[in-house]
Amino acid sequence: MARTPTTYDPFNAVAEPKRRKVLEALGVKELSVNDLVKKLGWNQPMVSKHLGVLKQVGLVSERRVGRQRLYRVNAAQLRPIYEWVAPFERYWSESHDRLDEVLQEMQKKEK
Amino acid sequence: MSTKNKTNITVEPGKQELFITREFDAPRELVFKAYTDPELYAQWLGPRELTTRFETFEPVSGGKYRFVQKDKDGNEYAFHGVNHEVNAPERIIGTFEFEGLPETGHVVLETSRFEALPGNRTRVTAQSVYQSVSDRDGMVQSGMERGVNEGYERLDEVLSKLQK
Repeated sequence: MARTPTTYDPFNAVAEPKRRKVLEALGVKELSVNDLVKKLGWNQPMVSKHLGVLKQVGLVSERRVGRQRLYRVNAAQLRPIYEWVAPFERYWSESHDRLDEVLQEMQKKEK
Repeated sequence: MSTKNKTNITVEPGKQELFITREFDAPRELVFKAYTDPELYAQWLGPRELTTRFETFEPVSGGKYRFVQKDKDGNEYAFHGVNHEVNAPERIIGTFEFEGLPETGHVVLETSRFEALPGNRTRVTAQSVYQSVSDRDGMVQSGMERGVNEGYERLDEVLSKLQK
């Protein structure tokens, strides 16, 4: 069966802004579809649709507790994406941390 | 400083631009000075393992700049551009080009805005507009330090929360 690359590739899966919202809403918690519906203010089919894609690429894992299904972010799967962006992020956070020091020195001299 | 100021990078997939935002615990005039004084600028631009040397730096409207960054192995990365507008202490608009690309002409338009916040704090928002999405995405893939890949807005925030 032909499928779009989205359902295979975590990079494409998070390229959709709504799916990043789902990941952010989950954060470090384990939530049900209903929790996410409340948190995001979207309807249930939309939440389920995006959860489905995230589950398929392994970014979200599912656990059954009684009649409920709980979802959480699978941090290990996010790591490759994070590492892809990391050098640029590091360049600027390190620059800005150094700028903090330069600004502190400048303020000392002004006093 | 109650909470550590954090650099926020917004790179949305499929767009030709990216944003870098950061707040500083210093008044706007001072932050602006750290961006327009070559000696100060060279002290903070880039991670610690790179040294930055300004060969030209004219922080006025119409002025030119060129700087070279050197890593531990002696590799050099040169960049140059023109300051279109230097409007103290509010705004700097200029072009930016990495000299290490196979061909010239891949120019970035950069606008840095300096916003005064209560308590003598300052927010800097830098917007970089590339000529194409692939220019933007290619910058990082070329291995140069200053580039960026296809972005995932606030993803690093999600990750840092997850790692706690």
